[in-house]
Amino acid sequence: MSKYRLDYLDHLESEAIHIMREVAGQFERPALLFSGGKDSITLVHLALKAFRPGKFPFPLVHIDTGHNFPEALEFRDRLVEKIGERLIVRKVEDTIKAKQLTEPKGKFASRNALQTYTLLDTIEEFKFDACIGGARRDEEKARAKERIFSVRDEFGQWDPKLQRPELWNTYNGKIHKGENVRAFPISNWTELDVWNYIRREKIELPSIYFAHEREVIEHEGQLVAVSEFIRLDDTDRVVVKKVRYRTVGDMTCTAAVESSATTIDDIINEITATKTSERGETRIDDKVSEAAMEDRKKNGYF
Amino acid sequence: MDLLRFITAGSVDDGKSTLIGRLLYDSKSIMIDQLAALEKQSKNKELGEIDLALLTDGLRAEREQGITIDVAYKYFSTPKRKFIIADAPGHIQYTRNMVTGASTADLAIILIDARNGVVEQTRRHSIITSLLQIPHVVVAVNKMDLVNYSQDVFNNIVIDYAEVARSLELKDVTYIPISAVHGDNIVEKSSKLAWYEGPSLLRFLEEVEIQKDINLTDARFPVQYVIRPQTPELHDYRGYAGKIISGIYRKGDVVTVQPSGLQSTIKAIELGGKEVEEAFAPQSVIIHLEDDIDISRGDIIVKTDNQPKLSQELEVFLCWMDNKPLVPGNKYWLQLNSRVVRSVVKNIEYKLDVNTLQKEYGVTSAGLNDVIRATIKTASPVPYDTYKSLRENGGAILIDETSHVTVGACMIQ
Repeated sequence: MSKYRLDYLDHLESEAIHIMREVAGQFERPALLFSGGKDSITLVHLALKAFRPGKFPFPLVHIDTGHNFPEALEFRDRLVEKIGERLIVRKVEDTIKAKQLTEPKGKFASRNALQTYTLLDTIEEFKFDACIGGARRDEEKARAKERIFSVRDEFGQWDPKLQRPELWNTYNGKIHKGENVRAFPISNWTELDVWNYIRREKIELPSIYFAHEREVIEHEGQLVAVSEFIRLDDTDRVVVKKVRYRTVGDMTCTAAVESSATTIDDIINEITATKTSERGETRIDDKVSEAAMEDRKKNGYF
Repeated sequence: MDLLRFITAGSVDDGKSTLIGRLLYDSKSIMIDQLAALEKQSKNKELGEIDLALLTDGLRAEREQGITIDVAYKYFSTPKRKFIIADAPGHIQYTRNMVTGASTADLAIILIDARNGVVEQTRRHSIITSLLQIPHVVVAVNKMDLVNYSQDVFNNIVIDYAEVARSLELKDVTYIPISAVHGDNIVEKSSKLAWYEGPSLLRFLEEVEIQKDINLTDARFPVQYVIRPQTPELHDYRGYAGKIISGIYRKGDVVTVQPSGLQSTIKAIELGGKEVEEAFAPQSVIIHLEDDIDISRGDIIVKTDNQPKLSQELEVFLCWMDNKPLVPGNKYWLQLNSRVVRSVVKNIEYKLDVNTLQKEYGVTSAGLNDVIRATIKTASPVPYDTYKSLRENGGAILIDETSHVTVGACMIQ
């Protein structure tokens, strides 16, 4: 019977495709939130498997903070052109102007929190009833309790105490007008699973995931790229280092890791050997408080 | 490398969180920064030991109250397997969480405190394990260090539990003496438990045979979505997208669509964009049929010579999961895989005490965490299998028509 045995990556892939098709089958106006990072690129790959030769039953939506890595934007546009799907871009910059929001100040002034406003506006503008995202339960403690179909109220809020029980592989997508569901097809994947899948499926990634030389400053043990979005102080020492990115967020809140990994194999070897978690190593925004993610999620963050 | 999903049942007092922490820690799934955060929080640590239990308490609300309010999912892997742990709390008020975690589990670890033996809570966890038909059970007798690693204590617990297992018809039960705090028999076999001849817990989790749990006989394919590109090149393309929940499908198979009863033959199967001769559970595929018949989401494609039952009246064990009580006569949506039908809970036969298995007759409603035996009438026929014969097509949820909340879990009998 061994010919009917599946590898764990096949199990994860099939589960993710099943979840995407549940979204397509249960909702009228879904969207796929695309950040340009490896997790959302993996989602696009899974969507191709779920819906080709048909078109995606949803557009890709990018909430553009204006602080992106240029390599990620360039990759996004190339990918969208290659697969011939619709991309909607909404800029945090525009929300800030329209709503007269206050930009955060400081050395690494991050728009991470402000993008929630743009996201909620975009959901309202297009009347999206479900948003597919690439969040994983292994990323962070508050995410470990997240449902695969996570119901948000009109304000995009997540209430951990009121989550629907999720049984078997049955997803309850019933919502009231104004509510929406965040759906997470790769909930059960770990960082390493994503990399192993990328290797197996030969999925193309933006160049910043691989080792390259970059001007950085060292800040509290983390390497932050020099860009127009961060403030350089006199005490900062700009150095050129060989680095890669383990996650791709904004230039203001994503740190690089020193690395010489130029292939997926190299990266997997490094991750297997690493002693620090993905978010701990590369996210400047999660360290603010012990419950930083829990708070942001309650306010409508992914 | 394959995938094992398991649930851990037990309370904080049984050392459940410590056990999970130990598995994550010893399999090196905990990173330095997570450990640092842990050390910061371990206020009550003795002799500089970190509190592994803190690893599994996710939300601030829980940390403040020192409780676990919901199912949390944890991940680790060894070179042999990837593991997904559904960590469900063991307090009486949280039956619904254990039911939720158990619904997808291949295996249940039931923790017993060696000092206390089989207690009410052990029975409750075992009854839920049996109701949800978790295929494998590990009885982990914890805190062996506190009973001087005594073989007699362990053996007596085995004798007591065997009686529970027999009455609940639990099939595959394995007993392992452990000490989660000290790591005895968790990853490595402990010299302090030299009298125990079986494998360590992790070794057992790595090696337990789960492939046989996938039913490859009764082919079931619920249609999730119909792919119709309707472009000039693909004008006649019509593919049924879904996941094979059980069984094997081959090109040329004679199939029936339920509940319509229409017949056809499989023309082609696509897997990840490529045509294949056969596909099997749990693969997600696209199926094409020879005939242009009316099929939509909620239908199930089965082989004509092996069909599910079809009925508008379902006998179920129902676990109630909502604060608002169930009142017979109320209407709910019933969702079984992709099929959603209106339904009414007609009649409660009895309430099952999940601590003692005693049946209470004459009850008129069910509250949060109650398990009842009931009859559900549906507005249209539902193709189903009994939960016992095919878990994948015998478990349904009930959804409140007004709040849209999932209020019940049905195991169809």
